[in-house]
Order: sequence, then C-alpha cells, then structure tokens
Amino acid sequence: MLLKTVFVRLLTTAITLFGVAVVVFILVRVAPGNPIAMMLPPGATDQDIATLNAVYGFDKSLAEQFIIWLGGVIQGDFGTSITLRQPVAELVLGRLPATLELSTLALLLAVALGGFVAVIGARKRGTGTEVGLDLTSGAVLSVPDFLWGLIFVLVFGVLWPVLSISGRVDPRIDIDFTTNFYIFEGLLRGRLDVVGSTLSHMLMPAMSLALPLAAMIAQLLKQNLKEALTQDYTTLARVRGFSETAVILREALRNAALPTLALVGVQFTFLIGGTVIVERLFAFEGLGNMAIDAVINRDLPLIQGIVLLFAALFTVINLLVDLSYTFLNPRLRHG
Amino acid sequence: MADVTTNSPRLILTDTNFRLWLPLLWIGVIAAAALLAPLIAPHDPLAQDLMLERLPPFFMDGSEPGYWLGTDSLGRDVLSRIIYGARIALFVSLIAATTTGIFGSALGLIAGFYGGWADRVISRLVDIWMAFPPVLFAVLLVAVMGTGLGSVIAAIALIDWTRFARVIRAETMVQARMDYVDSARIGGARRAATLVSEILPNVMPSIIALLMLEMGIAVIVEAILSFVNLSISSDDPTWGSMIAEGRGAIHFAWWVLLFPLIALFMTVLSFSTLGEGLKQRFDPVLK
Repeated sequence: MLLKTVFVRLLTTAITLFGVAVVVFILVRVAPGNPIAMMLPPGATDQDIATLNAVYGFDKSLAEQFIIWLGGVIQGDFGTSITLRQPVAELVLGRLPATLELSTLALLLAVALGGFVAVIGARKRGTGTEVGLDLTSGAVLSVPDFLWGLIFVLVFGVLWPVLSISGRVDPRIDIDFTTNFYIFEGLLRGRLDVVGSTLSHMLMPAMSLALPLAAMIAQLLKQNLKEALTQDYTTLARVRGFSETAVILREALRNAALPTLALVGVQFTFLIGGTVIVERLFAFEGLGNMAIDAVINRDLPLIQGIVLLFAALFTVINLLVDLSYTFLNPRLRHG
Repeated sequence: MADVTTNSPRLILTDTNFRLWLPLLWIGVIAAAALLAPLIAPHDPLAQDLMLERLPPFFMDGSEPGYWLGTDSLGRDVLSRIIYGARIALFVSLIAATTTGIFGSALGLIAGFYGGWADRVISRLVDIWMAFPPVLFAVLLVAVMGTGLGSVIAAIALIDWTRFARVIRAETMVQARMDYVDSARIGGARRAATLVSEILPNVMPSIIALLMLEMGIAVIVEAILSFVNLSISSDDPTWGSMIAEGRGAIHFAWWVLLFPLIALFMTVLSFSTLGEGLKQRFDPVLK
C-alpha cells in the first residue's frame, strides 16, 4: 500500500516535470525578438545568422527542437548561455548554492521566530498578549516578502546602517572559494570573518523571506498547541506538577508539530520562489537575480535552465514533504 | 482559522467590524485620489525640473513649499506621482483580479462539478503551474508578451488562476453533494443550468473574498514588474517604478522610496485584510 502511494506520487511528479518542460519550451520559443541577431555584431551577413541558427538548432522544426533539447536536459546539457557564452548548467549550478543558503537561513529564521511566538501565544492564551500577537502575525502575514525587503532597505540603508543592503559578501575579504557555499565553506576552513560577513549580508534578505512564513507558523502552531493543551495527557502532566511552559514544551509541542511541519514544507517552495525578487532587491548574487537578468537580456537557454531548476526543486521538495508526512503520520501509513 | 473561544478578547475586535471598515476607508481614499488625480495633484507627475531635484519632504530643512513629499532625482513631485500612480495600481488590480477570478473560478467550477477527465486535466495543469516560481513566471511572461499594462494584466491572470481554481474546485465538490443539487436534477434542470443557477451563487462569497486578496496581489505584482522595469514605460508614474528609483537613490533621497512604499504597503494590507474579513463574515461556521 505504502509502496503504491510512493509509486503514484513519483509518477505524478514526473508528469508535472514533463509538463513544466513543455510550458517553458513553448513560452521561450514564442518570445518575440531574434536572440541570434542580438548576439552578432552589426554588419553580420545573412549567412552568419544562418550558421549560428544551425549551431543553436533554431533551424529545425519545433517538435524536433523540443526533443533535442529535452534529450540534452536529461543528460544534464542545458545548452549555452547566449549572453554569457558559458554552459547553462555550469552557470546555474554556480549560483544555486547562494540561493540555497539564503532560503535555508530564511527557513530556519521562520521556524525559530514562528515557533517562539506560537509558544508565547499558547502560554498567554486568553490574554491581551495573545490578541496582540494574533493581530501582529495577521498583519505580517498579509505583507509579502518584496515589501518587507523594501522596509529593511529603508531601515538599514538609512536609519541604522549596521547591515549591508547589497551583495553577498564584503568584496574586501580575500578568499578563493572552491565551492559556492560561502557559509559552509567558511565554517569548514575556520574563516569566521567570511561566515560573519556572509551572514550580515544575508540577514536582511533572509528576514524578508522569513517574516510571512514565520507569521503563518505562529498562527497554525499556536492553534495546534491550544488544542493539545485541552487534551488529557497535558492535564496529566499538569497534575504531575509540570509548569505550564514545561507542559507546552515537553508534551504539547511534540503533538502539535506534525501539521505545522506539513505547512512548512509546502510554504518552503513559496519562500524559494520569493528569492527571485528579494535577491534582486538586495543585489544578492543568486539564481533569482541571474534569472531576471536573463529575462531582460532575452537569454533563452539560460531562462529555460533556471526555470527548470526552480521547478525541479519545487516538485522534489513537495514530493519529499508528502512522503515524509506519509511516513511520520501513523494514520496515513496504514491507510 | 476558526479559533473562536468564547469570551476571548479577539472576538470583540472581530465583532466591531474594524477589519472591514478600516481597509475600506483606505481603499476609498486611494480610489478618490485615482479618480480625482488631475484635480488634486499639485504638480504634473511627469514634469521634470533639474533645479528642484531631490528636494526633501516638508518637515525637513531645504524643502520647497508646494512639494509636500519632496522630489525625485529628476525633480518630479513625489506626491503627484503617488496620486497618479494610484490610477495605475487600482486599474491593474481591478481588471487583473476580475479576469483572474472569472477564468480561475470557471475552471474550478467545471473541475469540481463534472469531475472525470475535465477534473484530471485541470488538476494536472494546476500542479504544473504551481511548480513555477510565480515572480519568475510573471517576469518571463511579460518578457514574452512585451512590456505594457496589458501584458502585466494577462500575466497575472495566466499565473494566479490556480488560486481560484483550487479553492472553487474544492467548494464546488462539497456543494455538488448537497441535497439541493439532487432536487434540482429531479426537478428536471440541466446539469449546466444547475451549475450556474444553484452552485455558483453558493460559492460566490468565496469568489468575492478571493477577489479582494487577488487585488492586493495584483498591486504587488504590478509593482514588482515596474521595479524590474517590465511594466509600462519607466517615466510613467507607478509605485513600483518610484520604488525602483528610490532603491537606487536610497543614500541620497530616501523619501523617494518611503512614500510610495507606504502607499503600496497600506493598499496591500487593506485588500488582504478585507479579503480575510469577508471570508470570516461569509463563513457560516464563524457567524
């Protein structure tokens, strides 16, 4: 039964990814403007254009182009960027670590902040503090990451300039990275200055991404905690003499966490989607920033590669969330 | 959503309806500004005057009378540009949200009511659509269709229809199992007629609440596309293009970012609060 669930889920994931590939391919091919003409210097002959068209395979039929392209994609060949003249796979994988570090930090911030507010709200349930927290998280939730980013730019760019509002690391720091995971590599090599500088650059974009999710976690987790606190096992813990805070942390939290976890998983993909504009806002050298440049420069192979990578990331995360939920939830496991 | 415990102080706050009239008040102000822009804007929003560049707002030293919120790097009046920007923001949000709502709700109604292959196709499309990062999708669509307000509106509808389709599909499935649908069928009503005259009115409250949320989203998407210079021409006063300019001039003229940001912030907050408020008001469980 479980095996069948997993199989069906894998199959739908594959279908979704194929659908994404078709949509991306069609969209990019109907885009107006001749990218080949933009690559060539003025005075290029028709012959030059035809040669380049053949090199990039633009002279074949659409179906043929799609099959050739998809075949390449499956083998890890995403073509060559028209503006940067480098393999798309190389460019995209070079930028992926920055975006992954940013979204992971944002996720950690969201869980920590949301979890903290939820526990406080559950502890102070029925008081003005809870109402205040509810209203605040409600308002925080309705404001998207883009606006939080702008607010942080204003606050930390003008009022209180302690954090950097653009770039990924202080350009004065002298280090040759072998990977593009700056934090991870900085930690491994014991370069705390690198870690510190990277974190101070990431804090504001990560906070912008984290705040709406933190508010969502705060609301849902508090709701689940309050339900758990009416159950017999929490009453029993109180009778045994645990303080209310200890009851919440030791008993209620464990049971309230599972539904919250499902939400966090799904929302994580939205958070990753938000990096596109937030990276732009903070001039953070990640995938999203590269994507917007690619769109503005009409770099079709690069756009295709980035969108596909994002889509693959989204579907794989959704798949993992679904599967882990199936494994963690005893009711679904035997269902 | 229904954390209604009796006597909780929160209930008093929701009862006073402030969640409905406060956002309505702000939207009213913005709508009035949009409609009356030529009458109330103190200056031409496009008029450049390099003698008056980067004037600070009225409460700071060096401000000029008449330029209440200061001027940008080209000497254009910030207040007038915000007022004219309200026209574009409200126009886009109204048209885009309505288009998205009609398109998405229709697909949701069909998928939820007829089921079968129609449901399978629509649900699969929703899955595929949800795999795209929305901002990147919007940027890509506008790049494909060419810049301009029409493209912005089309991009919003082409991306966000899934929001309506998912919710309305689920609600239609619930409604379709109700007795009144059976009695309509026994009464001889055609399937399509039942869908339009019986089920649609029952899912309408959700559609209206979603429309409010969508208007807020549309305002943000237009601002984001203006910010990356893919909406209408960057000379035209949009909140997003003002914000982009303010981001560039953050260290010289922060007011160029602050004031349009406040307008955008309040408008988005108002639409989503209104949407949430309506959702709770329509929800029979919460009544």
